[in-house]
Amino acid sequence: MIEVTGATKSYGDLRVLDDVHLRLPRGGVTALIGANGAGKSTLLSCMSRLLHLDAGAVTVDGLDVSTTRGDVLARRLATLRQDNHLTARLTVRDLVTFGRYPHSKGRATADDLVHVERSLRFLDLEDLADRFLDELSGGQRQRAFVAMVLCQDTDYVLLDEPLNNLDLKHAVAMMRLLRRAADELGATVVVVLHDINVAACYADHVVAMRDGVVVHEGSPEQVMQTHVLREVFDLDLRVHRIDGRLVALHVA
Amino acid sequence: MMVLGLLVAVAALGFMTLGARGAWDYVLPFRGVKLAALVLVAFAIAVSTVLFQTVTDNRILTPSIMGFDALYVLLQTTVVFTVGSARMVGIDPRLRFTVEVLLMVGFAGLLFRWLFAGARRSLHLLLLVGIVLGVLFRSLSSFMQRLIDPNEFAVLQERFFASFNAVDSRLLGAAAVMVLGASLLAWRLRRSFDVLLLGRDNATMLGVDHRRAVTGVLVVVAVMVSVSTALVGPVTFFGLLVANLAYQLSGTHRHRAVLPVAVLLAVLCLVGGQVVLERVLGYDTALSVVIEFLGGLMFLTLLLRGSRR
Repeated sequence: MIEVTGATKSYGDLRVLDDVHLRLPRGGVTALIGANGAGKSTLLSCMSRLLHLDAGAVTVDGLDVSTTRGDVLARRLATLRQDNHLTARLTVRDLVTFGRYPHSKGRATADDLVHVERSLRFLDLEDLADRFLDELSGGQRQRAFVAMVLCQDTDYVLLDEPLNNLDLKHAVAMMRLLRRAADELGATVVVVLHDINVAACYADHVVAMRDGVVVHEGSPEQVMQTHVLREVFDLDLRVHRIDGRLVALHVA
Repeated sequence: MMVLGLLVAVAALGFMTLGARGAWDYVLPFRGVKLAALVLVAFAIAVSTVLFQTVTDNRILTPSIMGFDALYVLLQTTVVFTVGSARMVGIDPRLRFTVEVLLMVGFAGLLFRWLFAGARRSLHLLLLVGIVLGVLFRSLSSFMQRLIDPNEFAVLQERFFASFNAVDSRLLGAAAVMVLGASLLAWRLRRSFDVLLLGRDNATMLGVDHRRAVTGVLVVVAVMVSVSTALVGPVTFFGLLVANLAYQLSGTHRHRAVLPVAVLLAVLCLVGGQVVLERVLGYDTALSVVIEFLGGLMFLTLLLRGSRR
């Protein structure tokens, strides 16, 4: 379980997280939604110890992320960040192999290589495995980073906008993959999403943020309502049920 | 790597034997000490530059461009300025050297950790900061050098005008011990080097204590720069030249491959270059001038290429 208590974080005068309380139970897919600047990424970064909270605490399975040893957490929790830029020239396989570092400390065993190949296959990267990252398109690079995160083989996987740069086909494949990771491997997936329809379709639990505060939280049915969405996005969205799925019409 | 190793061996052999006149039992130890010093310097510069570029996540900055060696000169000058050379001469040079290196580690550690341990900053800003710091350190040194007694100035000058021809071999033993210690520290951290290349956030996610690793590496760098500056004086672009050639030649990011190649290249450049200049071309021009010229060209090329991207 990931437990956030009283999380507060400011950049200068701007308060991006304001006393956030959140409990994410083990298992399933949780979607974080909200407008730009609502604090979704900051919250995710704080959960994954990349940012330090000004006040409050985050615990993962009872381990406080700010005090627990880095290598212990790295075997429980993996994170994909929003922008991933590297100076070093790496091949896709090199990058994915880094995901095994928490387990093998840089000396990849046969077991690690099995994990690497499996991650490459999961993300449809086998043909690109020996290409250099700077020779890939944005979407392909994004998939390579997701492969690294999955290769870390952790109980908790946090992803900040994993659908960035992905075409429709790979976006759908990515969400199915995350669903499978939760259903078959029992992973707990927390994902920042922009498309509320994707969130409604694939997530078990939706957390809506606005101005550094969690404004709504619940099942897709509870969140996908016109008055809730108005509060989150300042938009009047009509929600329809199409083929049994909730869809908010946001293009018209 | 085999080819490089062979070339280095040939260069070393040439260095030891070519143009030797007089008794061998005089020539060999005399040149042996010089060779050992050159190798030590090459090792220190190559390793410190590659590691520095790893933790700073770029391939243009080097410790010397960021003013590391100017800081060393400043420390030396400050010591002479406050203590006086007369009393300094009384102290065992090895003890003095050790204390100086420790001071250097402290200062450089504080200063550069502040610069690099935080968020990612713009390369151009860092470059500017480095150059300004370098100028500051140099001006402070020369200011103090102007104030001190001319005799003391001579003592200092003798120390900083060292070149690859005139290695300060008295410090060799202490320098070797220092470099060995730093290498041991680097060896303990070696597993995390490759991960550090992924940047602060990714390294943290993979369980590397980024602050600790960066501090460790900066200590190693500070020791090695102090050693090489003490032995041959400041060299600005040599490390840059060697490190970037090593990246190209080894064609991989793995430090396991890059570091040995960089060290071999550095040794080859110094020892081979010295042989060619001294014995083959037959004149005693300063090798440092040639190396700085090539390194400077490379620096400009990298800078231009980097800004285009």
